[in-house]
Amino acid sequence: MKWFLGHLPQIGSLLLNHAVLALIPLVVGLLLAIPLGWLARRYRLLYTPLIAGTGLLYTIPSLALFILMPLILGTGILDPLNVVVALTIYTVALLVRTVADGLGSVPDEVLQAATAMGIGRVRRFFGVELPLAVPVISAGLRVAAVSNVSIVSVAALLGIPQLGSLFTDGFARDFVDPIVVGIIACMVLAFALDLSILGASRALTPWLRTSRPAVGRAA
Amino acid sequence: MISFTDVTKVYPGGTTAVGGLSLVAPTGKITVLVGPSGCGKTTSLRMINRMIEPTSGTIEIDGRDTATLDPNELRRGIGYVIQSGGLFPHRTILDNVATVPLLLGWSRTRSRQVAAELLERVGLAPELGKRYPNQLSGGQQQRVGVARALAADPPVMLMDEPFSAVDPVVREQLQDEFLRLQAELGKTIVFVTHDIDEAIKLGDQVAVLRVGGVLVQLASPAKLLADPHDDFVADFLGRDRGYRGLAFAAAPELPLRDEPVVLLGSPVADGARIAAGDRWVLVVDEARSPLGWAEPEVLTGVIDRHHLHRGGTVARLGGSLRAALDAALSSPSRRGVLVDDDGSLVGTVRAQDVLAAIERRPEGAPA
Repeated sequence: MKWFLGHLPQIGSLLLNHAVLALIPLVVGLLLAIPLGWLARRYRLLYTPLIAGTGLLYTIPSLALFILMPLILGTGILDPLNVVVALTIYTVALLVRTVADGLGSVPDEVLQAATAMGIGRVRRFFGVELPLAVPVISAGLRVAAVSNVSIVSVAALLGIPQLGSLFTDGFARDFVDPIVVGIIACMVLAFALDLSILGASRALTPWLRTSRPAVGRAA
Repeated sequence: MISFTDVTKVYPGGTTAVGGLSLVAPTGKITVLVGPSGCGKTTSLRMINRMIEPTSGTIEIDGRDTATLDPNELRRGIGYVIQSGGLFPHRTILDNVATVPLLLGWSRTRSRQVAAELLERVGLAPELGKRYPNQLSGGQQQRVGVARALAADPPVMLMDEPFSAVDPVVREQLQDEFLRLQAELGKTIVFVTHDIDEAIKLGDQVAVLRVGGVLVQLASPAKLLADPHDDFVADFLGRDRGYRGLAFAAAPELPLRDEPVVLLGSPVADGARIAAGDRWVLVVDEARSPLGWAEPEVLTGVIDRHHLHRGGTVARLGGSLRAALDAALSSPSRRGVLVDDDGSLVGTVRAQDVLAAIERRPEGAPA
C-alpha cells in the first residue's frame, strides 16, 4: 500500500499508456472487421477462408508477433506501433466472425422489407443491418477489449512501458507490491472498458429494453 | 394497371419458377395470386418491384416497362406488405411508418404527421407510435406493416401473405378492415396467398397458379366457384363450392316475416306470452338489435344474457344469399334473423324462402 501511494504518478502514466495501447487497436480493429465481416456475409465463398484465416492469426503467440513486427514494419523494437499493429491483428481475428454473425442475425424479412421499400444497399447497411447487429458485435467487442488489456502487458518483455512493466519490475527485484498493483490495475482497466462497451451498446439498442406485449391482447 | 406479358423466371439450377405468365391486374382492383407452394406466386409478385428480375418477358405498370426504371425509385412508388410485417425492430412504430416518406425527402415533421394519420387509419392508437415493434401484438404489427406500405400513398400495393401469421379471429378482422380500407383508397393491389378462402374473400379477380408458375384460371371469385376450369382448380377450391358461391349473389327481396321480440331483462313469463306457444323467442336490446334466442319454458326469473342461444348467425338485409340461408339454417327456431345496416331487426326469413330465391335464378348463372 505504501509503495502504491508513493508511486501514484508513475502508475497513473503506465495505466494511461496501457489504456491507449489497448484501445487504439480495438477501434482500428473494429473498423477493419466491419468491412471484412460484411464481405464474409455477402459472398458465401469468402466466409470460410476469411473466418478461418483471421481465426488462425489469433493462434500466433503474442510475444512472437511483437518481435516479428519490427521486421515487417521496419520499426524499432521499442516502437509502441509494434504493439498497436499486433493487437489490431488480434482484434480483427476476434471480430471478423462476430461482425459476420451479427450481420447474419438480422432477420431476412427485415432485409427484404428494406429492399422492397427502395432503401439502397449502403443506406440499408448503415441504417438497418449494422444497428441490428450491435448486440452481437458488442458482445465480441467486450471479449476483444479484455483480451487486449491482458495481451498488452506482454509487451513489457520488450520494454514498452505500460502496466506490464510493473510485473517485470517486481520479478526483477523480487518485490511483490508492484505485481499486485499491476494485476489490480489491469483488472480495473479491463472492467472499465467492459462496462463502457456494455453501456454504449445499451444506449444504441433502446428497443431491446422494452417490455413484451401482454399475452392475449386483442389486435 | 400492371400487366405481365409472357413473363418467365428460370433459376440458375434450371428450375422454372414462372413459365410464360401473361396477366393484367386492373387499376383500383385487388388481384389475388393463389396456388400451392412452388407455384411461383411470390416470385411473380417480386418481379413487379424487381426484387427478382424476370428471365424473359415484360412487366409494365401503367404502360411503363419496369425494366427501364431505377429499382429503388420504382420500389418507393410501390407499397409492399409481407408476412409478419417485416418491421424494423430498432425503429419506433412511427419511424417505421415514416420510412418511405423520409426516403422520398419529405421533412421529418411532415413524414411523422402522415405516419400518425395512417396509424389511426389502420385502427391503431396514436400512443403506439412511440413503441417498438416487439411491444405490439402480431395483429398490431401487421396493421403497422399495412400503414407503412401506404405511407407515401403509392398507387400500387404488393401484399405477400400479409395475414397468414396471425390467428384466425384476428385474420378475419384484418381482412375485413383491409377491404374497408381498399373501398376508400382504391389501390391497384396484387395479393399473394395460399389460402383459397382468403383469395375468394378478398379478390376482385383470382389467378389460380399451378406448380411451375403456370396460370390455370383467371376469373372473378364467383365465376371461379361456379365454373372451375379443370380438376386442378376444382380440387384447389375444395368442397361446398355451390354454397360458397352464394356469398357473391345478392339476395333478392325475400319474403320477410314479422318476428315477435322480447326485451333483454324482461320476466320469463313475458317471453312465454310473446312466444305464444312457440318454443323460441327472439331477445333484443333497446335498439332492437337481436341478441339471441331464448327458450321461455325452461327458464325462470328474468331473461338474462347467459340464457341466450348463440348459435344463430345474423344476415344483413340486402346482403348475400349465403348469409341469408346461413341465418335460417343456423337459427334454433329455423327462422333466420335479418337486420338493417344499423343492426336492428327487420324480420325473419325461412330457409325454404331463400332456397326458392336461389331456384329462381337463371340457370348456369355464375351466382
